[in-house]
Amino acid sequence: MAIYKRTYKNYTGAATKAGPRLFVLTRFGLIGVFKSKLLMLFMGACLIYPICCIAFVYLSHNPKLLAAFNIPDGALPAVNGRFFYFYSIVQGALAYLLAAFIGPGLISPDVANGAMPLYFSRPLSRTKYVAGKLTVLLLLLSLITWVPGSAVFAVQASIAGWEWTKNNFWLEGAIVAGLVVWIFVLSLIALALSAWVRWKIAAGALLLGVIFAGAGFGMAINSLMRTSSGSLIDLSQVVQTIWSDLFRYDTGTEMSVASAWIVLAVACVVSWWLLARRIRPFEVIK
Amino acid sequence: MRPVIELDELSVRFGDRDILKSLQIALFGRIIGLLGPNGAGKSTLIHTLLGFCPASSGTARIFGHDVRTKTDKVRSLVGYMPENDSLIADMTAVSFVRMMGELSGLPKEEALERAHEVLFYVGLGEARYRRLGTYSLGMRQLAKFAQAIVHGPRLLILDEPTNGLDPVARQRMIRLIREIKDSGEMHLLLSSHLLRDVEETCEDVLNLKQGQIVHYSNLDSERRANKRFAEIQTQGNDAGLAEALTGLGCECVAGGAGRFKMVLPKGFELREIYRLAAARDLQLRRLNYRRDTLEDIFLKAMER
Repeated sequence: MAIYKRTYKNYTGAATKAGPRLFVLTRFGLIGVFKSKLLMLFMGACLIYPICCIAFVYLSHNPKLLAAFNIPDGALPAVNGRFFYFYSIVQGALAYLLAAFIGPGLISPDVANGAMPLYFSRPLSRTKYVAGKLTVLLLLLSLITWVPGSAVFAVQASIAGWEWTKNNFWLEGAIVAGLVVWIFVLSLIALALSAWVRWKIAAGALLLGVIFAGAGFGMAINSLMRTSSGSLIDLSQVVQTIWSDLFRYDTGTEMSVASAWIVLAVACVVSWWLLARRIRPFEVIK
Repeated sequence: MRPVIELDELSVRFGDRDILKSLQIALFGRIIGLLGPNGAGKSTLIHTLLGFCPASSGTARIFGHDVRTKTDKVRSLVGYMPENDSLIADMTAVSFVRMMGELSGLPKEEALERAHEVLFYVGLGEARYRRLGTYSLGMRQLAKFAQAIVHGPRLLILDEPTNGLDPVARQRMIRLIREIKDSGEMHLLLSSHLLRDVEETCEDVLNLKQGQIVHYSNLDSERRANKRFAEIQTQGNDAGLAEALTGLGCECVAGGAGRFKMVLPKGFELREIYRLAAARDLQLRRLNYRRDTLEDIFLKAMER
């Protein structure tokens, strides 16, 4: 390393391709995340339930083990849409907590330290900046949601055989689609809040508040107005409606699937608008 | 010769306020000073060159690349040191400069090597593994300077680089700017309120006032023009003194409170000033005589 050089020399080498440069932000974002041991511990804990699910799948297909535990044949619940619906609820909730942990640290330090002009004086657009930061969350949340979910499905498919796989392959699509949509919405909301609230802890608390306050207000509206449309501001209810549709498991919800999709789309648009308003190379003072 | 920066009827408007008004100029210098009072449009001009602010009409070109249509190309050629605190406090200097290098297009390993090199170059070598949040103001300015040059830009834009620096840190920054200039590796655009900084480093000076270009000159040519200046302070009724001095061939500017600054014509003798003052029964409390300084050029431009 030429650290002895104390005279300025220009860089004359080749430049990297412009497209993948957004992943520089992702890499540095992940480095920052992996510094926290608590977070690593939490991510490890998030994988306990999928491991239990894999153990359950293995147990349910192993007559010797069932007999050893005195569990009658057919007493265990089937691995079907209902099974993966509950899997999504558990892992979706954990993803929400993880997003509240990680999300605020992604954009708020840049805004608080006034680093935006440094990013945007380089060949980096706002969309690429957001995409680079979003990828951090999508990667980490994927690791605890649809990736282990697909692993559970793969274990079940390998044990249950081709016939089951052929008839239930839609489940894999539902796992991926349902959980990817959820982590995408969560990530966008987390980034939007991170961009607007400079204090990381406050941004995390706000993200927790968005869901809990939405659920609380939704219930209040439902009971006061004697309607069910209050649930539309409860994001957990909204996503559960979508999951129940994708996993073909009737939960008896009164919310229509179409309105649930519209609510998620609106949440994405609002988050994007908030990001576009905030992520600028300089402050606009009116 | 292709101009470094070319402004082509460039106007920028925020709401109903014109910030830059039809700027038309081609800048060729190795190091160009950008001067002007607060609100003159210096920062807006820099932001427009970087593609941060859209031009309401006209355009600007850097090395022939239009900032409106070739924004990414322009940004890849430019290094920018902003005026305000713009660092990521949680990062170490070497990680920060490396990341900025990679975002500018340097490969990973090159970016790391260059980050070490430029941090040593600006004098932060021993502190490069410290978090930026623990840096003093002077060190932060140097770190901002390092991130601006890490990728070897062709044009370095420095916005108030000596802001808030103590005399030692200021001297270090001025030395760095001069070294960069002397290396011949890049062109510089330096925006500053401090005339001394501009005078010590720049070759060309562009004066802005209320969004318009009021003066553009080459400092060496101005100096070679061998202009002489006088500054006087009078007490008494000075009405008509400025006109009388102008009548003698001086370019005179009244500074208020009996103060006058003037460019003296060739062959002008200072005793003429005493004679005029005596004729008007004015007390001459002070008379400073010097050859041209940037301050005079600036003040004269501001009076236009």
